[in-house]
Amino acid sequence: MSYYQNIFTQVQVRSAEPEPGVAVPKLERTGKGFFVHLFGRIGNAQVGPIYLGYLGSLSLAFGFIAFEIIGLNMWASVNWSPVQFVRQLPWLALEPPKPEYGLKVLPPLNEGGWWLIAGFFLTASLLLWWARVYRRARALGLGTHTAWAFLSAIWLYLVLGFIRPLLMGHWSEAVPFGIFPHLDWTAAFSIRYGNLFYNPFHMLSIAFLYGSTLLFAMHGATILAVSRFGGEREIEQILDRGTASERAALFWRWTMGFNATMESIHRWAWWFAVLCPLSGGIGILLTGTVVDNWYLWGVHHGIAPDYPHVFAPVVDPAPATGAVQ
Amino acid sequence: MKVGLLSLGSVLAILLTAAMFLTAGWGRPPIIAKQNGYRGTGEDQIATAAAQRILQAANALPDAIDKASPDGERATAVYKNVKVLNDLSADQFNRVMLAITQWVAPEQGCAYCHNGDNLADDGLYTKIVARRMLQMTRHINKDWKEHVASTGVTCYTCHRGQPVPSNIWFENPGAPHAGGFAATNDGFGHPTKANGTTSLSIDPQAPYLENAEQIRVESTKALPLGDGASIQSAERTFSLMIHMSEGLGVNCTFCHNTRNFSGWSESTPQRVVAWHGLELVRDLNNVYLDPLKTVYPSTRLGPHGDGPKLDCATCHQGVSKPLYGASMAKDYPEIGGERAP
Repeated sequence: MSYYQNIFTQVQVRSAEPEPGVAVPKLERTGKGFFVHLFGRIGNAQVGPIYLGYLGSLSLAFGFIAFEIIGLNMWASVNWSPVQFVRQLPWLALEPPKPEYGLKVLPPLNEGGWWLIAGFFLTASLLLWWARVYRRARALGLGTHTAWAFLSAIWLYLVLGFIRPLLMGHWSEAVPFGIFPHLDWTAAFSIRYGNLFYNPFHMLSIAFLYGSTLLFAMHGATILAVSRFGGEREIEQILDRGTASERAALFWRWTMGFNATMESIHRWAWWFAVLCPLSGGIGILLTGTVVDNWYLWGVHHGIAPDYPHVFAPVVDPAPATGAVQ
Repeated sequence: MKVGLLSLGSVLAILLTAAMFLTAGWGRPPIIAKQNGYRGTGEDQIATAAAQRILQAANALPDAIDKASPDGERATAVYKNVKVLNDLSADQFNRVMLAITQWVAPEQGCAYCHNGDNLADDGLYTKIVARRMLQMTRHINKDWKEHVASTGVTCYTCHRGQPVPSNIWFENPGAPHAGGFAATNDGFGHPTKANGTTSLSIDPQAPYLENAEQIRVESTKALPLGDGASIQSAERTFSLMIHMSEGLGVNCTFCHNTRNFSGWSESTPQRVVAWHGLELVRDLNNVYLDPLKTVYPSTRLGPHGDGPKLDCATCHQGVSKPLYGASMAKDYPEIGGERAP
């Protein structure tokens, strides 16, 4: 079993010479490929040959431009200090334009213009890479499942940074670039719109997110557990069910009364993963455009339970008119 | 090659683990969790014994000073140029001077504010400031009972034996940015003490504790009615709330039911006290503290030339009730704003 593939493999998965891959028409690629020992410990040791083409090259170039705009603006925000750049890197930001600019193209560079340009190049890079994933899959004669799954993630990205800001009429509604900035933005976003946890599409998205990890763990565990019976040949077992499939199915019917099949478990997992950003994107799209306060919406629709009051009644101390806070 | 890479990987893993343990501000268990609201709502206050011991020590009370009779010779009859404490007896007046020295300038002594040759002289700026601070203390104790209740405040509440209280703030222009067309980011994206080392606004104080910018950013209706508050203003409010939470040493849930931050009916009574506190801070900063900028030497001013100002942490110093609720003010009617009979 020298070709047995697993994480932290006991053996290096590599051939004597880099494998060129199956013969398909127009499989032009660069180089012959090479081996990396550490990669071989967690997967296939072979790297390449690779094909970039004009889609891949443009995508990388656009991605690099976005990365540079973001990074240089971050560095400028610490007055070009290399030490502060490293120290503060997780906090550094490239913020979208202020609310006053609405949907203006192009606001001044220092007031959000760079954000808009970086967003354009990053979006272009992602879409080009998507087209590349689609076309490489077709070139190999594959289905395009990977491309559509990737598009689901791009949908969420576009809703957050483009579609929802368009509907709201302000670029300022979009997410800043930065490690902590986008996380702090998320918390502030939820607070501003009255607690995102009462957004049913957010609930669905969480269910699909955690569901994905659960399914992945169950499926991974099942296949590893039956690999001694040849269960790692999953695709073969879809058509030609062997004792590995039988035992895996029996195991799940024993433990929870129901089993997915060798084929359907992959559809389960694909849909759970795809539906996570898909439903999340719908939830974000509705926030601020259709619902302004999810908690109050939840109260209205009976999904927010009423807890007994343990304090004396608390009343807003601000004067009824001209409240300043 | 193989061994080299593996040892490099191991060293990296060990260093990263060490960095995680040494830099993340861990609290050592056991964690003390005190239930505040209804069970299941997560309205707990979290603390560690070690942190509480440090706070207890930092909030020890100063030695008491013997009481003085409000009767007898008047301060104005004994001393010249008495402008604020002119309603006290000479004994009471001396007691206040003794207390201020102990609370504010224990090392520097009387000469921190007074000209030793002529105590009535107003030549030192510190004396002008101290006089204004006495007025402020009386104002707080008399007019802001909604926040300080009968507990009141004294000089010690903020000063704690230091001429300048440890928790003051100035308008924060931030560290220098590159100029030109580099993004300014509107004050976001840098950790500060005030914003609790988040990437939220670096200056949560000036918009709310000096100016009266809108803190309320959530809609009061489920469905949208035109433009509401921006996410940036929500981030600024968030920054202010982190400052309050840190200053008072409490979690969000001390005042809020976090499922519904803005709703008053689900909040705790402390939120009303905190609301009055924000009004109080704004009043003091605008009426008492910032105007003193004309009196201070330039070394005492902020980068924008503004005077030192106070925020929640100035009095609270990490405790929800300053000095754990001990009322020093009741032993000092001289600065309690009530006229000595």
